[in-house]
Amino acid sequence: MKSLQELAAIRDKMRQTVSTREAAHDAVRVVVGMATCGIAAGARPVLNAFTEEVAAAGLTDVLVTQTGCIGICQYEPVVEVYMPGQAKTTYVKMTPDKVKRVVQQHLKGGNPVAEYTIGAAR
Amino acid sequence: MQELSMNVLDIAQNSVAAGAPLTRITLEIDHAAGWQTLTVADNGKGMSPELAARVTDPFCTSRKSRKVGLGLPFLKMAAEMTGGEMTLESQEGVGTTVTARFRLGHIDLMPLGDMAATIAGLMQCNPDKDFVYTLRVDGEAFTADSREMKQILGGEVSLAEPSVALFIRQFIEENSAPLLDKGEEAL
Repeated sequence: MKSLQELAAIRDKMRQTVSTREAAHDAVRVVVGMATCGIAAGARPVLNAFTEEVAAAGLTDVLVTQTGCIGICQYEPVVEVYMPGQAKTTYVKMTPDKVKRVVQQHLKGGNPVAEYTIGAAR
Repeated sequence: MQELSMNVLDIAQNSVAAGAPLTRITLEIDHAAGWQTLTVADNGKGMSPELAARVTDPFCTSRKSRKVGLGLPFLKMAAEMTGGEMTLESQEGVGTTVTARFRLGHIDLMPLGDMAATIAGLMQCNPDKDFVYTLRVDGEAFTADSREMKQILGGEVSLAEPSVALFIRQFIEENSAPLLDKGEEAL
């Protein structure tokens, strides 16, 4: 069974990464809408999937976080990706299955997955 | 909402929005008494008696952006469907405590769902706030305290780091499972 003390090993591994990122100020932010509308539509499994895929891909400059209601409840779960030097990308009707491609193609490769964006849904 | 853990994620956001530095989430399952009790207690800004009295009205919200607030009404409905109830105590400048009681074994009792994902998600997304989660089943308890985690992580590694969040979810899941399994057997 996992013990909290295992966090010390993760901390030691992360230290280098975090200091490099802070020096560069270039963290990518993945923001999941987590108000009542988002949660009811399945935002939590999407947040989990991003956390898992980002960790599995070894991406050290990506933070996965949340926001409240973005105001487009009919498109939930909504995920916004902020990459330094790029316009914000809004993904809509996200599912855990779509996350792997977003991580690989967009967060890792730098190319947004156009077919999952709000532009394609409208 | 299809799982109680999703209601918890939703209403704990109210505590975050109320600026609470610490939110305590306690789930107590007592098979002998036949009740499951959820408590979300924060030390946020609290509510005026007028707002506290209207807060389970779906058309009441403190938000300015829209006119509905469904988090607490959903939780109240989930509790009342099982023959339980939801109560709210709030004091301005002190904090708010929401308590929901559910009748165990009731056909309309919503499944608990993935509490580990809810608690880990709250800690990951609000690394500047603290959360204490206690699961108590028939007197035996497990607690996950973000303050303890931060102490181990030190100042430079945040709870928001995906690999840290992933570990916390697995830590809560693995440590809760024996208690919840014991509960299943008791039913």
